Amino acid sequence: MASSVVEKFYSMEYGPAPEDASEVTKWLDAHRRAFGHYVDGKWTAVGAESFETKNPATGEVLARVATASAEDVDAAVKAARAALPAWQALSGHARAKYLYALARQVQKHARRLAVLETLDNGKSIRESRDIDIPLVARHFYHHAGWAQLRDEEFPCYAPMGVVGQIIPWNFPLLMFAWKVAPALAAGNTVVIKPAEYAPLSALAFAEIAHEIGLPAGVLNVVNGAGETGAAITAHPGIDKIAFTGSTEVGRIIRKATAGTTKKLSLELGGKSPFIVFDDADLDSAVEGLVDGIWFNQGQVCCAGSRLLVQERVAERLYDKIRARMSTLRVGSPLDKAVDIGAIVDKVQYERIAGLVKQGIAEGATCYQPDLTMPEKGLFYKPTLLTGISPAATVAQEEIFGPVLVAMTFRTPAEAVELANNTTYGLAASIWSENINVALDVAAQVKAGVVWVNATNLFDAACGFGGYRESGYGREGGKEGMYEYLEPTWVKDAPAVVPEKQVLRSAQDDKGESADAFGIDRTVKMYIGGKQARPDSGYSYSVYGANGKFIGEAPSGSRKDIRNAVEAARNVSAKWAKTAAHGRAQVLYFMAENLSQRRTELIAKLGEFVGPDQAAVEFDASVERIFAYAAWCDKYDGSVHNPPMKMVALAMHEAVGTIGVLCPDDAPLLGFVSLVLPAIAMGNAVIAVPSERSATLMGEIYQVLDTSDLPGGVVNIVTGKAIELGKTLAEHDDVDAIWSFRDEAASTMVKAASIGNLKQVFSNDGRQFDWFDPAQAEGRYFLRHATQVKNIWVPYGE
Amino acid sequence: MNVKQSEHEEIKQAAPVTLYGRELTPNRRIDLNLDWVDEIQVNTSAVERRAATIGTRRTVKKEWQAAWLLRAIACMDLTTLSGDDSAERVKRLCAKARRPLQDHLVKALGIEELHLTTGAVCVYHAFVETAVKALEGSGIPVAAVSTGFPAGLSPLAERVNEIRRSVEAGASEIDIVITRAHVFNGEWGALYDEVAAFKDACGAAHMKAILGTGDLLTLRNVARASWVAMMAGSDFIKTSTGKEAVNATLPVSLVMVRAIRDYAERTGMYVGYKPAGGIKTAKQSLDWLALMKDELGRPWLEPSLFRFGASSMLADIERQLEHFVTGRYSAVSRHPIA
Repeated sequence: MASSVVEKFYSMEYGPAPEDASEVTKWLDAHRRAFGHYVDGKWTAVGAESFETKNPATGEVLARVATASAEDVDAAVKAARAALPAWQALSGHARAKYLYALARQVQKHARRLAVLETLDNGKSIRESRDIDIPLVARHFYHHAGWAQLRDEEFPCYAPMGVVGQIIPWNFPLLMFAWKVAPALAAGNTVVIKPAEYAPLSALAFAEIAHEIGLPAGVLNVVNGAGETGAAITAHPGIDKIAFTGSTEVGRIIRKATAGTTKKLSLELGGKSPFIVFDDADLDSAVEGLVDGIWFNQGQVCCAGSRLLVQERVAERLYDKIRARMSTLRVGSPLDKAVDIGAIVDKVQYERIAGLVKQGIAEGATCYQPDLTMPEKGLFYKPTLLTGISPAATVAQEEIFGPVLVAMTFRTPAEAVELANNTTYGLAASIWSENINVALDVAAQVKAGVVWVNATNLFDAACGFGGYRESGYGREGGKEGMYEYLEPTWVKDAPAVVPEKQVLRSAQDDKGESADAFGIDRTVKMYIGGKQARPDSGYSYSVYGANGKFIGEAPSGSRKDIRNAVEAARNVSAKWAKTAAHGRAQVLYFMAENLSQRRTELIAKLGEFVGPDQAAVEFDASVERIFAYAAWCDKYDGSVHNPPMKMVALAMHEAVGTIGVLCPDDAPLLGFVSLVLPAIAMGNAVIAVPSERSATLMGEIYQVLDTSDLPGGVVNIVTGKAIELGKTLAEHDDVDAIWSFRDEAASTMVKAASIGNLKQVFSNDGRQFDWFDPAQAEGRYFLRHATQVKNIWVPYGE
Repeated sequence: MNVKQSEHEEIKQAAPVTLYGRELTPNRRIDLNLDWVDEIQVNTSAVERRAATIGTRRTVKKEWQAAWLLRAIACMDLTTLSGDDSAERVKRLCAKARRPLQDHLVKALGIEELHLTTGAVCVYHAFVETAVKALEGSGIPVAAVSTGFPAGLSPLAERVNEIRRSVEAGASEIDIVITRAHVFNGEWGALYDEVAAFKDACGAAHMKAILGTGDLLTLRNVARASWVAMMAGSDFIKTSTGKEAVNATLPVSLVMVRAIRDYAERTGMYVGYKPAGGIKTAKQSLDWLALMKDELGRPWLEPSLFRFGASSMLADIERQLEHFVTGRYSAVSRHPIA
């Protein structure tokens, strides 16, 4: 020992500081290193169908875990379904007590869970101990509160039922908590599949849930890979699917659930910008990158993986980054003084290495510090790629590893342009000491989470989730609770009669419009604030309820949709930025101008719906416009208070461009009930009105024209809804598609939405009572017309 | 000026000081560059977050921990700055500085060859001669707090004279305090001139500039004052007098250490760092050592570039070392007091 201490006195190296894993080893041994599924409060046996889960730092097999077949999934769903009535019959307080007990148990077993997580996943013990597990406990505490307050805070909302959840391997237990806590708090029962690379902490949690006496069937954990996930997705007994993982799998799930009424929330990939202005605290920005791209080996969906730095300070920042990289410690994840642990699996490791190679081949300059690396295990050096152009593969593709790609910009406008030059929109980090600049950029960046002078901060009270192809839905906070609740009346709403039986199909009628002669009125479409003839050059006949010929409406086509989307895109940013008060004035003016045409419109509407409904529908429409004019400046966001010295501003932002397929049963009121909430919140709309009453639009666009509504905010394309809807649903520049027609239309838009993973809001083919404001007006629609952006703003001097 | 050269040998740099492979030279005064002061940006929240993980990202165990704790002793300015200080108390402190660990611990640790002492002894001017005499032959430098310590508000000429008297009395290190008002008022020229005048008065003695960070309140002020003090020629920058309401903290240290790093990169010159006040435990000493190692590198773990201003910390380190040797938890009463 003697000379040893002297030698260390001179070398001043850190030396090993291993966390003791013996308690977890004992736990694994006590389970004979084999785990079944946790279904209906019981553990299933481990049969031949199973897989190994390994410690990525050593390659050691930790345990054998059963693979769930479709039958296993079915048993789990049945158990969840059977448990549902009793679970829902509990008071909020009773459910809160279970969630509270789970939070407490996580705290009591915090170290065991942290060590297990590190063994199974490869993340450093510092992260699992100081970040993952405390956040898990926090999530259950927070949601114990939502369970308690559900009835008061979400009146007229009910849980969805049985929820299927599929989670990734990068934050195994934290993602488990993000999924399970809100689902249970809302009153759902759960079938969840942890990732096959790191399932153990979820199984340990199931054991904890069992210990606290969570009723059997409320939480079911099944194991397996993609096939098991597919069985969950496809199971008809599941009411909602919540998925976190790759965008690729997100698309598959969207498509697989298109023909069902399953609700969907997706938290997918990202290529999040990390923007550094020349007035930033550069040293702190460097630490931000350490917490960003070098957190969890860069295997973080919201990692600040794309560094955008203002030209003037770029070289200085790069120098600082390189210097900092050289003091990062890569090594055994169980070592308490290690910054970067192991990559979760060989597949991931090779993908990272391959992408870096490609980056270099495409001209990037690669820097990797000269670090002591472990001799075996899946360890990848922190990597900086500079000299990247936005066109490079590594600038666009999510690497999901400790690889930072860097680019420069000159002006804030260019920073925003580069930041948004991605198909993703999960998170962004903005570094500037000028609050005006930082918040201005925060507002413009397309991302669900924005951190000002910070990165990778998470809290149960603050919604997390993306824009664009990073998915939809939020996790955490009040916004996250809505993902597990739906209006009480939705499930009981009757089905819309399928279109074919009711509709005199437009194109099919062609040639039968002999008595069209003598009609002196030409109804057009309305695109970009101008009346437009259909590109096709065709019109179709429109008939009244009694079969009487009313007139002709233009037959819109793909190209008209294209033009309408372009018009909507051109104005959408400006309209979204228009002050809410300004938008309200336009909407009030619309109501005023519409009511001028009361007699005329009731007459025209009466031809389709009869005079009695026409009068009521007209007055309800005026009232609805008034309601949304009122809402314009009142659907405020909120301010979250995470347990840190900062606030998170949960802003309600417009989604962007929304395609709307309007219903037939209330041609005017249905149109107004959908288009108005969208434009009230600052979206631009491409509306396909009721196909069989399309001539009404001739009056409507004249109202729009005279109401100071900027051209392009509302575009009306008439024609065959199912065809136009498909073009809209497939269009990559449309941010959301709303379908309120029959079930076929809902299925079609869901399946067609996968191109850019646009948000889908639909009636699932159910009939909404447009005359009942409780159903057809207000927050439910406004929530779909907006997305929540959480801007984290630290303070303190 | 009666400077005892022999004592300065101890503080001379043995190995060349390098930062990221570049060899640095000792700090010399340079012209005041206000651009460097103006462009300083410090984000308090981000600094606090980083500082909070210094102690959680790094730890040392077993023999490494023992070695690091010995390093903390070697870098310690064993200090007494009380109104009731007496010659006897200072002599006792010096005896402890010569022999910070009991022989049985030295032997058990196998570190006889280190001839471990503290980095210096730090006292008021009145006790400089006592301390110099008590430390004779040990090579341990005597540091004197000066310039109207702790408030630094006596007339400038008196403060400058105070330095001269301490140097004449045998102090080879002078811990000066700055006029905090110069920082509040942004009077960088005045601050620079003041520190430069102190440095001139120090002659060959090493000068540590105490910024009074607890008084400066904002981290940006700390950074600005650090830069001006370095440009004016300080050998060390130091957080606190130990008399402010808040003394050395990790966020303040992070800001000062980053300033030292940027200054070295810009000028090619090194400046030392001394956190003082409030560092009482062995665990804290490890956090600070990890901070220096990760932010500046191995050269800043030498007493020539890093000092703790501490008094009670030594007792806690002794207890931890005894625990390391015996495996039993120790008690303060088992170790001779300073």
